Formats: sequence, C-alpha cells, structure tokens
Amino acid sequence: MTAAETFYDVIRRQGITRRSFTKFCSLTAASLGFGPGAARAIAMALEIKERVPVIWMHGLECTCCSESFIRSAHPLVKDVILSMISLDYDDTIMAAAGNQAEAILEKTKETYKGKYILAVEGNPPLNEGGMFCIDGGRPFVEKLKWMTEDAFAIIAWGACACWGCVQAAQPNPTQAMPIDKVIFDKPIIKVPGCPPIAEVMTGVVTFITTFGKLPELDRQGRPKMFYSQRIHDKCYRRPHFDAGQFVEEWDDEGARKGYCLYKMGCKGPTTYNACSTVRWNGGVSFPIQSGHGCIGCSEDGFWDNGSFYERLTSLHQFGIEANANKVGLTATGIVGGAIAAHAAVTAVKRITAKRKKADV
Amino acid sequence: MTKRTPNGFTLDNSGKRIVVDPVTRIEGHMRIEVNVDENNIIRNAVSTGTMWRGIEVILKNRDPRDAWAFTERICGVCTGTHALTSVRAVENALGITIPDNANSIRNLMQLALQVHDHIVHFYHLHALDWVDVVSALSADPKATSALAQSVSDWPLSSPGYFKDIQIRLKKFFESGQLGPFKNGYWGNASYKLPAEANLMAVAHYLEALDFQKEIVKIHTIFGGKNPHPNWLVGGVPCPINIDGTGAVGAINIERLNMVTSIIDQIIEFNEKVYVPDIMAIGSFYKDWLYGGGLSGKNVLAYGDVPEHANDYSDVSLKLPRGAIVNGNLAEIHPVDHADPEQIQEFVTHSWYKYPDETNGLHPWDGVTEPHYELGPDAKGTKTNIEQLDEAAKYSWIKAPRWRGHAMEVGPLARWVVGYAQNKAEFKDPIDKVLTDLGLPVSALFSTLGRTAARALESSWAGHQMRYFQNKLVANIKAGDSSTATIDKWKPETWPKEAKGVGFTEAPRGALGHWIKIKSGKIDNYQCVVPTTWNGSPRDPEGNIGAFEASLMDTPMCDPAQPLEILRTIHSFDPCLACSTHVMSPDGQEMARVQVR
Repeated sequence: MTAAETFYDVIRRQGITRRSFTKFCSLTAASLGFGPGAARAIAMALEIKERVPVIWMHGLECTCCSESFIRSAHPLVKDVILSMISLDYDDTIMAAAGNQAEAILEKTKETYKGKYILAVEGNPPLNEGGMFCIDGGRPFVEKLKWMTEDAFAIIAWGACACWGCVQAAQPNPTQAMPIDKVIFDKPIIKVPGCPPIAEVMTGVVTFITTFGKLPELDRQGRPKMFYSQRIHDKCYRRPHFDAGQFVEEWDDEGARKGYCLYKMGCKGPTTYNACSTVRWNGGVSFPIQSGHGCIGCSEDGFWDNGSFYERLTSLHQFGIEANANKVGLTATGIVGGAIAAHAAVTAVKRITAKRKKADV
Repeated sequence: MTKRTPNGFTLDNSGKRIVVDPVTRIEGHMRIEVNVDENNIIRNAVSTGTMWRGIEVILKNRDPRDAWAFTERICGVCTGTHALTSVRAVENALGITIPDNANSIRNLMQLALQVHDHIVHFYHLHALDWVDVVSALSADPKATSALAQSVSDWPLSSPGYFKDIQIRLKKFFESGQLGPFKNGYWGNASYKLPAEANLMAVAHYLEALDFQKEIVKIHTIFGGKNPHPNWLVGGVPCPINIDGTGAVGAINIERLNMVTSIIDQIIEFNEKVYVPDIMAIGSFYKDWLYGGGLSGKNVLAYGDVPEHANDYSDVSLKLPRGAIVNGNLAEIHPVDHADPEQIQEFVTHSWYKYPDETNGLHPWDGVTEPHYELGPDAKGTKTNIEQLDEAAKYSWIKAPRWRGHAMEVGPLARWVVGYAQNKAEFKDPIDKVLTDLGLPVSALFSTLGRTAARALESSWAGHQMRYFQNKLVANIKAGDSSTATIDKWKPETWPKEAKGVGFTEAPRGALGHWIKIKSGKIDNYQCVVPTTWNGSPRDPEGNIGAFEASLMDTPMCDPAQPLEILRTIHSFDPCLACSTHVMSPDGQEMARVQVR
C-alpha cells in the first residue's frame, strides 16, 4: 500500500530539502523546550502522522467564508484538502448527504475524540427553539454543541461565528449568537472578517498543522499575526491622510489621485485586519485601493456603527493613535501552548483556563 | 393517497418515505423528503428550506445607500448580485442614473460572477452527482489522454498528466482519510461514466479549483475584494485615471490589462474544458433525461446585462426577459415587477402567517410574520423532525407565483426564453448541443438540460465580458472617465417618499428587490430570490414548486443512497441563505433555546 501523502511529502514537493526539514524540527523542539530526542519525534510525526481531521459546520451564514477559503493562492486549497488536513465534513463540498453525512460526525467523534478541529462558519440562532436553523431535523445549536464536546480546538470563521454579523445586526430577529456565547469549554480561535482573507484562513489552519500549536491570540481571541494592526496603520494612502489630502466626493479629483477615503466614511482607522498588507485574492487589491472605504467588516458590531459613509467622529484627525488604541484592545493575553498538533491537549486546557479567567 | 396538482403532477404519498437532511453541496440548509413506490420511483416530493435569517427587517430604518452591503451578505456564493440588485432598486426609487463606464464595469462584475458561479457549481457542487471518483482510480491514463484529446485541444491532457493525478488520488484514498469524498455513493449503479471519463473529470475538478480564484480577481480590481466586493449607489466606487497623477492607484492600463487577460482565460477554459466536459458527460447520460419538472411548462426570466446604462427595457437587456406558461413557447408574456397582479407570494405552506392566506401579496405590500408549526401528520417533535406534513406548513421559504403559476427560474429558464424568442445567440448553441448528442428539443427539459444550459451560459458570459471590456476601453478612449453620479448622493436631495424595484439575473435565476424609502430611510425592503421561486413549497391551489416537480417520477437505483435526488436538486444550484430571508416587522418574542 502506498503511504498517504504526509506533511513531509508536501514540503518536499514544494522544494524544501531534507536538511531544512530536520533543522525545522530541531528548532521547533528547542523552542518548545524539549530535549534532543524530541526533534526526531516531531520529524517522525510529521512524516507519518495522519492529517488532522477538520469538521466544518455551517450555521446561519452566507457561505462567503467557504468561498473565500477556496480562493487561497498559497497554499492552494486543493493542496490543503488533499495533503494538509482531512476535511471530513463540510456541507458545502462533501459528497455525502443526509444519513451518510450525519454518520461522518458520529464516526469522527468516536475515532478522533479530542483530536479534531471544529471549524464553524455562521452562527446558531436561539429563537424559535433554535429552529431558524435546522440541520438533520434538529436545531443547529444542538448539533454544534454536540460536536464541540470532543473537538480539541475550535476555529470561528468570519464575522458570523466571531461576532454575529449581519443576521445579528439590530434587532437580531433570530437571536443569532456568536459561537462563544454557546461554547464555553474549548479554546476558540476567532478569524473575523466578512469574509476573512483567503490566505489568512489557510494561514491559520496551516499554522496549526505546521507549527503544531495554536497561534498567539489577542485578548479578543484573534491571531495576532493577522489582526494586531489597523488597516489604517499600514494603508498605502496613509501619507495622504497625514497630508490632509482627502476624497471629498465620489469620482472627484482626489478619488482619481488616490487620496485618503477617511471623509467618505472609511473605517480603516478602527479596523484590525490584514487587508492593507496581505491584500485580497492573491494580493490584487483591497477595498481602499479600489476606491471604496473600509466598512470595518472584521470588527464586532460593524453593522450597527452608523452608515458606512458616515465619517468616524470618535477619532481626532490628528493624534488618532491615542483614541484608536482604546477602540482596538489588542492585548497581552499571550496564549498558544507549544506542542505538536495531536498532543496539544495540555496547551488547550491552559488556553481554555485563561480564556475563562479573561471572561470573568 | 393519489392527488393531481393543478400544474399537472400526480402525487402519491403512500409509498416508503425517504428523508435527506442535510442536503449538502448547496448554499445553506435544506431538506428533501420523497415517497417512492414499490419500484423505487419517486411519487411525491417535499422540499423544505430549513433556515431563516431576517435580513429585511434588519434593513428597516437604515440608510438606503448601505442596503447593498447588507443584502450582499444574503449570499456569499452569488456574491455581488444582491448588491447590484439593491443599488438598482435604490437608483430606481430615487431616479438616480449611472455613467456608461459604471454600467460596463457592473456588467463585467455581474458576468464574472455568472462564470465563476457556474464553473464552481458544476465542478465542485454538482460533478460528484455524475462522476464516480473511486472509479477514476482504475482508469488507464493513456486511454484517458486519448479521450481528453478527442474532445478538446486543452493542453493539460498527456498520459503522464493524468497518471500523476491518478497517483495523487490513489495515495489520498489509500490513506484511509477520504476527506470530502468520505461516505460518497461510489459504485452506485446510477453512475454511468467509464473510468477514463471519471479520471478526466476529477482532473478538471482540481483544475477548476485552481482557476476559479483567478476569475474573481475582476471583482477585486473593481470592488476591492471577493467575496463581497464593494458597490456604490450612483455608479461604481473605483475611479478611472488612465495617465494622470495618481493613475497607479486607480483603474489604469495595468488594471485593464489584468481584466483582459482574465477574460481571455475564461473564454479558453469555457471552450476547452467546461463545455467539452458537459458534452462528454452528457453523451453517457443521454438516456437519463429525468428532472425536467416545471422547465417544460412554466419558466420565468427577468433579464439582465443592460447594453445601455439606465435602460432596463427588453431591447437593452442582453439576457432575455419574459414568462412562458403551460409549455407554450410560441407566446412570451411580458413581465412587470411593479404590477401587483403579477408577482405575489403565498404562505399557506410556509412558516409564516397572513391575515388571509388564500391570497398572495405583492412584495411592495409584503407581510412577513413567522409562524413555526408542524402539521398533524408530522412525525417527531418541533425540535426533532422525523417527517414533515406537507398538507400543512412545512418550509421557511414562501411560495412566489407569477399570475398564480409556479415558475422555474435559472439558466435553463433564461435560455428557454431566449430560444423561444428565436435569438440566435441562445438558439444556435442549444441546437448544436442537441444535434451533437442526437437528442430532440424535449431533452432540454431535464436535469441534464439545466446543467448544459449553465455551461452554455458561462461560455456566452465570457464573450459578453470581452464585449463590455472593449466598450469600457472605447468609452475611456473617447474621453469619458466618469464612474459615479453624485448629484443625488445626499439624502437632502431625495423625495420624502419613494419606492423602487431592482432586478438582476443571479447565476441561479431571477432576483428582485423591492424598496420603499421614507424620510431618507428604508421603510420596507423585500427580496424575492431565485431559490424562493425554485424551492417554493405548495401554494393554496396545491401547485408544487420547481424542486418538487423536478423530482417526480424519477427512479432511484438504491433508495438508501439519495444520488438521483441530489443530482436533480443540485442542477438548480440551490441557495438557501438567499431564499429564506424574510422577517416579521415587529420582531415578536419567540421561544428561545436555553444556553447552558
């Protein structure tokens, strides 16, 4: 029987030498504070281990997160699915339906107890007994909580799972809830945005499978590597803001020259995301570069912060830093244990404990 | 018990009941129940939308200029089409016109969506209903290469290429971790392709996955990101600056070149991969012509892709508009979105309440009060449904009707209308497909016909993109760089009260938004979307909807494996997040789940 393509096969195929791979394992072991034997263990694990099972569930949502995920340019999503993770359940692309689909969930809970990642797109509505989102004849919220029981970590994809998003905008008729309002005992990595950037999504997943630990998160549970700075901090139009050069009306001279969109309602100064650096769809552009202000889609409650075209008033045009810092709340809660993916349980417990503490 | 519906189907729910929930490889959540007779032929079909989000009530009292962003989030698969419909509705209400360039750019974005959606739908949501992935493992790569080269001159077709794909696939399957292919219906007798055709299709599944991310870059260029690009009431947000100061940050020659290059790739992929694949697969399934449902009887198209900015008349729209009823292709009825007698929604079988449920309501006067209950013959409980009672309320989808008729919408509906209008750009490609496959026109009204129409439309859309790209460049060349009209941007310039309608052809069919504006805010907003039409439950007269009709009389090879049900339902490209969006205006208190 031919062996499955492992993480090692994949990186070799991508041109990484055996030598660099060994070095990577030693460094990882060292950074985790393990002895010399550990490097070999890590190398073995990455060469022979099973791909991490991922269960991707959908609540109330629009599927933009899944659509974004498949846009990933690096890694390509086919490589993620065929070689990096085992996407055993995802309503949007899986072959099975009905009973055969439900059976996969049962089986995963049994076979991979405590070892699978639960990725959640969308959120559970609580009104009407949860039946505004029915899955297998039952409320989605039940199914979600049931699958949470045996997951080792949870990824909250997009604004829906992280904050509630559009269906939770005032007056939130279905009582749609971000998942951390119904899941309390597991670490949740929040990857907000409507949707999140494709390479940020695959970046978070492959970070876990590559480095064997969860990424460092900020106090709101977002990976710091992508969400610790504002769009405005890294915006290429920032010099125009500093120089007081603004677009005053759509398609005016300033718009054509690429001036700052702050006066057109841009929420870049209060939005933590990677759009102005990673950019979108393989780096082609991002909202500001294409002439529209940022609508702040990765921020909690962005639908209820007034019109997208209203100028931010809580910010002073100059000395913006002091004010915006209050908004951002990136913080110190350094999380992220350090253990190969399958053995991350201890770390997970620590993170969970920390999160509980932070919540109090 | 046997019952004849007014729209011509004989329902019999006495046989064995089969439930499929969740239906996967769709957008959103849905459930299908069918009864099969002793020969495993479907004799009754029940389609249920199982989610509800309430976007319309959330829109109440908001700024109409923001509505595009909210409605865009109705669906991230047909991303942008709701936004376009929304800005059109607001512009229609407020009498705002858009510049020519904005019209061309919007068309480019809408057509890019059509192509993207159709390709992703076929390869990633639908193909596994026709293609047996496991069978591909036993294909001969050389024979696969010969097959591929006989249907197309697409360069990725060598024996070595297919061998590599097969090796990768083998490794994947031998790992025992089957990912998205786990528990599929592999080996089901309803799969008809030889191993080589399966391998070719799997290779193209992977290629299409790589390619789709290129198509959407057109949205990124003009709208800043995808999914969910940015739009603007009055035009488009991206300015054009060809060679002035700061051109590097606007639509300039480099951006236009990127668009051109993507369009070239789209045209090539459609012509060398997508359409040939449909023909190759179709040739093995031409005896499987089930699933026609309403398509040979009642179809509806709103039309889209205006040639001229601000002209939404039949002559300006490049995708056709019209309604065909009772299978009479000789008569195409005009469609008027503002006429209260034409489009109406009913709720007798939907989880909503009307004061008088025998009547339908036009969207401008829509009432939406949720009312979740199961009928007396349902099995299970309200929060653990085992079987629905279709004689009562059974879906979160309303039942829209056109002059009382249940209608099918979507690519097949559009192409049937275009065919009936004798427009060569629709008729010739259809006739060619039918001739090449040796099939009569009646074969068009089938699951396969729906799937083929989508491929032809993707091809058509690619060429239209080239047309509008040339038009955009020509207009810029002629000295017009304008992309937005701003004289009515500010709410102070608006009338105190206004109402409007916007429509598009979303990839999955006719889409309309109806808006009422009062004192600068949204007073009422209603969407009637493609899957509301196709996925509709029964109406007061007992007419079944398009999904339900399409399943009727289809034989199943193995009732434990719902392959045929998925094949036909998927051919509509259902989008449930779209269809189940409406909300009670007063947001009454409802039973709530206890969070522990």
